[in-house]
Amino acid sequence: MSRLSRWFDPGPLPAQSESRGRDSGLTVLGCLGAAALLWLIEAQGGGYVVHMTTLAGLFAVLAISYNLINGVTGQFSLEPNAFVACGAYVTALLTLSPAEKEMTFILEPLVWPFAVISLSLPVALVIAGLVTTLMAFVMGFPVFRVRGDYLAIVTLGFGEVIRVVANNAQSVTNGPLGLKGIPHLTNIWWAWGLAAVTLFVVMRLVNSSYGRALKAIREDEAAAEAMGINAFWHKMLAFTVSAFFEGVAGGLLGHLITTISPSLFTFFLTFNLLIIIVVGGLGSTTGAVLAAVLFTFGGEWLRVVEEPISFLGLDIPGIPGMRMVVFSLILMAFMIFARQGILGKHEFSWRWLLGLVRRRGGRA
Amino acid sequence: MLEVKGLEVRYGGIVALRAVDLTVGRGEIVTLIGANGAGKSTLLGAVSGLVRPAAGQVFYQGKPVAGQKAHRLSRQGLILVPEGRRVFANLEVEENLILGGYFRPWDRHQRQDLERIYADFPRLAERRHQKAGTLSGGEQQMLALGRALMSRPALLMMDEPSLGLAPLLVAEVFKIIRRIRDDGVTILLIEQNAAAALTIADRGYVLENGRVVLGGPGRELMADGRVQRAYLGMD
Repeated sequence: MSRLSRWFDPGPLPAQSESRGRDSGLTVLGCLGAAALLWLIEAQGGGYVVHMTTLAGLFAVLAISYNLINGVTGQFSLEPNAFVACGAYVTALLTLSPAEKEMTFILEPLVWPFAVISLSLPVALVIAGLVTTLMAFVMGFPVFRVRGDYLAIVTLGFGEVIRVVANNAQSVTNGPLGLKGIPHLTNIWWAWGLAAVTLFVVMRLVNSSYGRALKAIREDEAAAEAMGINAFWHKMLAFTVSAFFEGVAGGLLGHLITTISPSLFTFFLTFNLLIIIVVGGLGSTTGAVLAAVLFTFGGEWLRVVEEPISFLGLDIPGIPGMRMVVFSLILMAFMIFARQGILGKHEFSWRWLLGLVRRRGGRA
Repeated sequence: MLEVKGLEVRYGGIVALRAVDLTVGRGEIVTLIGANGAGKSTLLGAVSGLVRPAAGQVFYQGKPVAGQKAHRLSRQGLILVPEGRRVFANLEVEENLILGGYFRPWDRHQRQDLERIYADFPRLAERRHQKAGTLSGGEQQMLALGRALMSRPALLMMDEPSLGLAPLLVAEVFKIIRRIRDDGVTILLIEQNAAAALTIADRGYVLENGRVVLGGPGRELMADGRVQRAYLGMD
């Protein structure tokens, strides 16, 4: 265990049943506090901060769902960019008005069902989520025949296939030109509302007996099978649940940035999510949320290092790209000193927080 | 209870088991001894569904089961305790035990089973909320046994339960194995520690290069000159 995740280790905890009532109360209070904070940001923060907060919410959704398959179930897969792309395209094609679509698709007209329908955002999001789930389901059969490094390579290939398809299926995706003029419908409440739902569903799943089985597969797949756990269907469960939320988040992402094109959904998206869940602590759902927020805002805070700095009478001109250097250094430091991530495999809970306060407070 | 007929397993071009015949009767402790690479673990793998046999038949409670998947067989009470314990290191002791009864609904009976296992293995009760990976080797072996018992086995197959344990602990493990049998569980045991295994076994088989070369009651095998020279270290 690294020093950082050890710091977050509260030691033995009291039994869960002792404090259920108190915990639910605290959770309600926590949710109200978070809602008040979001309201404050929306009212006072200004356009840029609101945009970043919304983006952080969507990244939290993506990180939670990606962590379900990669961290909790331990299936190292690299396909979320495909699911996000699928969700984004399906939602956008369903919500754009027929007139708008006719204007966008100049090279080749849009195919039939999409060309004439125009749905409201919630309906479109649900459909996008289901389409993405179906895609994950079909993909799961070949993909989960392999494990470990091979699984990573196969899923990476799938992600790339989806991008290439998006680039070339002119009559569905408008090719490299992408889709423009998507209505800006995603706000802070959509993003963080979805994050709350995702967090709730995934936490319930992880803490159920299914979740325990998923962790058992991560720890030792053969031993899990010997316990009567059907590893294939459990992986499929985690995979499809994670795909659903990634698809919906993709849809919201499209309606936040209003323009989508295949270049948005390259491997770099997956790569960023991977950094987030590793930094948060692989297998820790709440760690994923924490890291998603840090990652989204961190990139902006680091812009400081690119500005001209006057230090002890020494004038250093601004160096563009410097923040990526600093970012990489921080990541390297993380992997050397805190390989387990911020929370390790711990999970935020009130029980955990109070235990930590007691232990840290007692020592001070 | 278990009948294996003409079982053959290949890994690629290598034949790991050839024409193996073996029976285990209800309520027996049967042991399988042999050197490294004799095919002992392969045999357990083939019976429990982890390895697909190339030829031959396996009957469990009179029904042919060769080629069935492991997670199906374990639901019928055919439980394997794999070599090297294989506990879920990052899960708590109690979670490990609960996973043992995964395919049964979590109800009063399961809770009773859990309490019984805690009564049988007090060390596990003390450490129920500790991560399994932090247990000592002996405790992990107890946990692996407890986890298997949570599945309510009819036939329990154990792959080298004494591996890497101190002699005192080995004696303890074998005492527990005997107690499990007395509770009505049939046991098929693989061991390198031939002396200890043959002492508690009703019958035994000797496996060499993928073939059964000897079989008979435990005492008889212990008295056999070839077994004494090859596995018991006597001249």
